[in-house]
Amino acid sequence: MATRRDFLRGCAGVAVAAAAGAVAEPARARETYKVPPEALGLLYDATLCIGCKACVAACKRANDNPPEFSTPEQLWDTPLDTSGYTYNIIKAYRSGNGATKDAETDGYAFMKTSCMHCADPSCVSACPVSAMQKDPVTGIVAYDPDACIGCRYCVVACPFGIPKYQYDSPTGRIGKCELCRHRHKDGHYSACAEVCPTGATLFGATSDLLAEAKRRLALKPGSTATFPRGHLRPGQERLLAGGEDGKGLRRRQGWRAEPDQNYEAVVGNYVQHVYGETEYGGTQVLKLSAVPFEKMGQPSLPPTSSAASSETIQHSLYGGLIMPVVVLGALAFVARRNVVPEDDGAGHGKGEDKR
Amino acid sequence: MSSHPHAAPAPVGGSLINTTTLVVGALVALMAGIILYRLIYGLGAVTNLNDGYSWGIWIAVDVVIGSAFACGGFSVALLVYIFNRGHYHPLVRPALLASLMGYTLAGVGVIFDLGRWWNVWHMFWPGYWNPNSVMLEVALCITAYVFVMWIEFSPVFLEKLGRTDIKGKLEKVLFFVIALGVLLPAMHQSSLGTLLVVAGQQVHPLWQTPALPLIYLLTAITMGYGVVLFESCVASSAYRRSIETHLLTPLAKVMLGVLAAYLVVRVVDLLWRGALGLAFAPTREALFFWLEMAAFVAPFFIVGSAAARANPAKLFLAGIAIMAGGTLLRLNGFLIGFDTGPGWNYFPAAPELLVTLGMFAAEVLGYIVITRRFPVLPREDAVPATL
Ligand code: SF4
Ligand code: SF4
Ligand code: SF4
Repeated sequence: MATRRDFLRGCAGVAVAAAAGAVAEPARARETYKVPPEALGLLYDATLCIGCKACVAACKRANDNPPEFSTPEQLWDTPLDTSGYTYNIIKAYRSGNGATKDAETDGYAFMKTSCMHCADPSCVSACPVSAMQKDPVTGIVAYDPDACIGCRYCVVACPFGIPKYQYDSPTGRIGKCELCRHRHKDGHYSACAEVCPTGATLFGATSDLLAEAKRRLALKPGSTATFPRGHLRPGQERLLAGGEDGKGLRRRQGWRAEPDQNYEAVVGNYVQHVYGETEYGGTQVLKLSAVPFEKMGQPSLPPTSSAASSETIQHSLYGGLIMPVVVLGALAFVARRNVVPEDDGAGHGKGEDKR
Repeated sequence: MSSHPHAAPAPVGGSLINTTTLVVGALVALMAGIILYRLIYGLGAVTNLNDGYSWGIWIAVDVVIGSAFACGGFSVALLVYIFNRGHYHPLVRPALLASLMGYTLAGVGVIFDLGRWWNVWHMFWPGYWNPNSVMLEVALCITAYVFVMWIEFSPVFLEKLGRTDIKGKLEKVLFFVIALGVLLPAMHQSSLGTLLVVAGQQVHPLWQTPALPLIYLLTAITMGYGVVLFESCVASSAYRRSIETHLLTPLAKVMLGVLAAYLVVRVVDLLWRGALGLAFAPTREALFFWLEMAAFVAPFFIVGSAAARANPAKLFLAGIAIMAGGTLLRLNGFLIGFDTGPGWNYFPAAPELLVTLGMFAAEVLGYIVITRRFPVLPREDAVPATL
């Protein structure tokens, strides 16, 4: 006869347990991570880029990737987008008659697409088996094919559409820019920056690159200024002062000696925004452009990362497994009272409802 | 105690070879062939997957929707064992069996979607775990639930084998297994929604919200009841059995209650985030949003009155409406409202569709074989089934 009461008791028990679990594990919102102080990255300045695609070719070579064809003759490596075999690509923007470089209307412009090495990467948060990892010092987001199960959650998660899978292969892997981390031990930095004839792609410590970007934004458009090529030196110095650990040793070797490659060029008519300074908490690859970033295919992202939202939900519910264990206890308690052995073949709860 | 004990479950009996089993058997064989081809030639050889839509129907339908369809066991157990509605007990075994089939296949099937499937054991090796990953939680939870369900269901096999000794021991701890069997699906059904949170604004605002876990959980529960309505009607007509209307009628009322709670959560969330306006834009997303909402609201019109709830045909229709609503909600989040930028399109390839069909066929086959040979459905002294 105790039916309605039992029912309510069941509801109340589970609700109380869930509430207790929620209190025991106070909802600690996970803050969006910041770019690590020693982070490495790139600065891409669309106003300097001439669209020569030397960086695309250099990236292919550095990463041992095959050419991809999009023309009938199949002569040239002509990828149309990044893919499992193309980690870096230069895309073109065109409007109206496409006459003027870096003009929003009746103009054209170039934009680099490659991994942004986010401060708070969605791909790292998503990957179930830690195959995507962010180096705590350099901040480089690295991929480990030996750990990867090929679930492609990283592909779904990344706001820039960067990780790509090799669908044509039975043993396909994820392909994405890793800032040429495999070349660092030989003193080589990112191949795209190393080869760029105009300094449109520049390698360095992200903090230095950000300072350089801000310097450019402060220059008078149309005036002449000095632009570095290859990599930014101050970052090298800072890394040279690295610790005694293995990584410090590697980094203390520094990058290979190069002649000073600074040159004079005309200052572009920049949009007053360093793309990547605040997006999703910041990215280690920064971008400058004269055409609004959204028109250049760069998503406008809030300063808080989706990884932080996702992990806040996940850890408020399951942090330390406290809530699940408390709820399980309550469920087991209630179920114990309501499960009766089925020996009689009938099997019904002892609080059988008579309607 | 009960004034009228329930009929004990008994095998339906009858032949295992008939038109239905031959057709579903052929579909299963076809699926096996396609999967073999995929393992040799890669995902691209049989699917239309691309980097804009890296998850196709094998994830969105087979796993996300398939597992929600398989929530009958969870929803009925919740009602019977937690809310002590013992009179629904005859529904437990058939619902659990359907869930068992659905989840086992979703769990096994997802392996063939993995691009580097030989590493799948990393999911179960703590050294590789990333505790921040929603997918890790989903995968571990679903795997654990599949085991829990087989244990929950094992009395059926033990009865058949006459091993009452083991069955007796098992029943002493069954309450704990049942508690797990309620907790685990609650966890991963909500997390299947959370999966989308990290994708940020690639998911249309109508389906991207921090309330996703609650939205997915509530709809999974209602879908569980919807599936029970659907299944009971199908099983009754296929096996020429009488319909358990005395159970399904009140069940439909419970279903409407959960559904009402869901609709409140859904609308309040949309208003709260100021996203409801997007539902009135002339977009494909808005159209699918309204289709989804229509399917969720339809049951109130179909079985809103007590008289309608006594009508098996209407119960069946209400079940289908709920299943359609839950399906659309998930398709909308994972595919239709998912946009990685211009230039990407996805529509499943024929072999991809055949594999999904094969998965559902395998579930039906398993259900038929087990209900005909093992004590699942309540005993009934009717004419032997012929189908
Ligand atoms: S190498 Fe430099 S200038 Fe040439 S396309 Fe790449 S970024 Fe632009
Ligand atoms: S751009 Fe994408 S792939 Fe690169 S770190 Fe950010 S989330 Fe990961
Ligand atoms: S595809 Fe590989 S790297 Fe990407 S999330 Fe899955 S396991 Fe991680």
